[in-house]
Amino acid sequence: MAERLRPAEKFKRDRVPMREQDPKERIKNFDEVPYGYSLEEAIAEAQRCLQCKPPSCVEGCPAEVHIPEFIDKIIDEDIEGAFKEIKLTNALPAVCGRVCPQEEQCEGACIMLKKGKPIAIGRLERFVADWARERGLTDEPPKEKKQKRVAIVGSGPAGLACAADLANLGYDVTIFEALHKPGGVLVYGIPEFRLPKAIVQYEVDQIKRLGVKIFTDYVIGYIKTVDELVEEYDAVFLANGAGAPSFLHIPGENLNGVYSASEFLTRSNLMRAFDFPEYDTPIKVGKRVVVIGGGNVAMDAVRTAKRLGAEEAIIVYRRSRAEMPARAEEIEHAEAEGIQFELLTNPVRVLGDENGNVKGLECVRMKLGEPDESGRRRPIPIEGSNFVMDVDNVIIAIGQNANPIVARSATGVKTNKWGYFIADEQTGKTTHPKVWAGGDIVTGAATVILAVGAGKKAARSIHETLSQE
Amino acid sequence: MARILKKEQWSENIFSMLIEARDVAKAAKQGQFIILITKEHGERVPLTIADSSVDEGWVQIVFQVVGKSTLELSRMNEGEELFSFVGPLGMASEVEKFPGKVIMIGGGIGIAPIHPIARKLKEMGNYVVSIIGAKTKELLIMEDKIQEASSEVIVATDDGSKGKKGFVNVVLEEYLAKEAENVSKIWAIGPPIMMKACTISAGKFNKPIIVSLNPIMVDGTGMCGACRVTVGGETKFACVDGPEFDGALVDFDELMARQRQYVELERKALELYKAKEGIA
Repeated sequence: MAERLRPAEKFKRDRVPMREQDPKERIKNFDEVPYGYSLEEAIAEAQRCLQCKPPSCVEGCPAEVHIPEFIDKIIDEDIEGAFKEIKLTNALPAVCGRVCPQEEQCEGACIMLKKGKPIAIGRLERFVADWARERGLTDEPPKEKKQKRVAIVGSGPAGLACAADLANLGYDVTIFEALHKPGGVLVYGIPEFRLPKAIVQYEVDQIKRLGVKIFTDYVIGYIKTVDELVEEYDAVFLANGAGAPSFLHIPGENLNGVYSASEFLTRSNLMRAFDFPEYDTPIKVGKRVVVIGGGNVAMDAVRTAKRLGAEEAIIVYRRSRAEMPARAEEIEHAEAEGIQFELLTNPVRVLGDENGNVKGLECVRMKLGEPDESGRRRPIPIEGSNFVMDVDNVIIAIGQNANPIVARSATGVKTNKWGYFIADEQTGKTTHPKVWAGGDIVTGAATVILAVGAGKKAARSIHETLSQE
Repeated sequence: MARILKKEQWSENIFSMLIEARDVAKAAKQGQFIILITKEHGERVPLTIADSSVDEGWVQIVFQVVGKSTLELSRMNEGEELFSFVGPLGMASEVEKFPGKVIMIGGGIGIAPIHPIARKLKEMGNYVVSIIGAKTKELLIMEDKIQEASSEVIVATDDGSKGKKGFVNVVLEEYLAKEAENVSKIWAIGPPIMMKACTISAGKFNKPIIVSLNPIMVDGTGMCGACRVTVGGETKFACVDGPEFDGALVDFDELMARQRQYVELERKALELYKAKEGIA
């Protein structure tokens, strides 16, 4: 058991850094970049926690993780206890510990942030979850079962979080997943080097142990309508994700070699095209690859392109570095891996050769004007600044639209003008009394942790509603 | 689930399989497709539904061996399970009782997907003229079923070994030359080059023609955009906006170029698989 430090001592210490794969090596493989804390490192980091009462970090956590409690148990080397503490509220700790933007959530609310060194809550959560997985710790199904049945559409973070909470309360939960593997964006979107698929599989298996049934290859909207689910189940939670890539609508976008980030990442992550021809799905990456966009998905795509053999992998983004929506950590990882950035640059058209393959991208330089409705300074093209980049691939990572398949089979569930479900922010209630919705199909493309939060809120509201019946 | 209930070899490279998929069979409508994965390492292969039985709980697929995935599928046997089988996908064909005759054109294995559409149209009281064509009589498939689903059938082969000699679009033009005023709608399904030719033929008589597009797909649910096609100057996703479109608006040349996107990699995968399995 490690000692409890006095506050003055806690302030003196720095955040324990996380060891990671050397950038020169990691651009040649798809293995995870950070190695994770050792037990000693985790304890040293846990010792810095002030154990605030009330804890502001928890308010910053949509998964409502009992942060000070689990951290305190790490100091006692009671990692199993820490794991159980986390699992009380969060079914996906190994996932969240890796992909949450902690700087905007728990760590952004940490009192130690004032000293510039917030507790590395995400790394600690990851450590605990990995420790438990390595030892095969499993969840126990609830003893009491309720007779009510809940259908969930989509097995991404929102659907899984909702399923786990309802299953723990004893509900009979069934998830319908369109793809052949459960996990949604966790398996098709986020690359192996950021979130190993075996880890997702493990956390999904734990949720199955709670009694949750998952039907894969089951596209609601085609094989069954939401209306039918409403007939068959006591409640329905729609968590099917945004699910339709945006394109730029510029000339040349349908040339061979142009991908949406969704296609590029799905080929590599879900279909394991990086392991072609061991796996059958092909992917074509040339010497020079441009990724358009400045978000986390753009960073995932450009780093994937580098690993797939691109000599130059370049981000083209229309605003400046300060406006990039990607996490600072992702941008830093990309820079360390030699990713180039063409900032204040906007694509105008894709140029092709006589066989219909991409050969270039015409861009225009931009400058920043007045702030727009998003609060960010609006990019304005600089006239006459057009230039052509020789490129072999263009990957478009500019966001998502609402996929209409589920919505058009859901009578009485209203959508907004963009096709997203209208749902109450606190409860996930839609305009249909038996239907809840949450995650990207309500908010538009957002983060894993916000989807987890939406799933938990919906679970609570479904429980309240079904308890009153 | 997704067990192969019945497998038939119809020619050297054309196979038919009945796949156990009760819920898919129940939901399937004319013109829709499925996506399958043979084994864990497999790719997602879209195939249009050829037939289905709600009572017996199966979906029929008909495919031609062209690459590694279809070769591997053709080597799977009755009783084996596919790794993944999802459907029905895509929009159903828009069918109604049309005022005049309806022409259904099927080329090669494109004969299979016209079958459920023709049958549905006939059930609705339409006079259905099916024009089915293949390179040679050995490659002509589903003739009996097409006969059942049609009011009239015209067979054509490129080499004249059965029925009329020549391409289906030529047969279409001959038919329209005599009967144009009685024809209100045309469907054509087959290789893009054939659908393009049929579209041109129908255009000469100002007749609307529906074609079913088969671009490369990944998820098949509108999530990735791999299957984007230009229709009427706009980008559409064949998987969710189609697979059927107004032929006159389709950019077939772009479709064909996009289909060739992975030819070298596909060839490499096929060669490696053949070497590994000892197939000549």
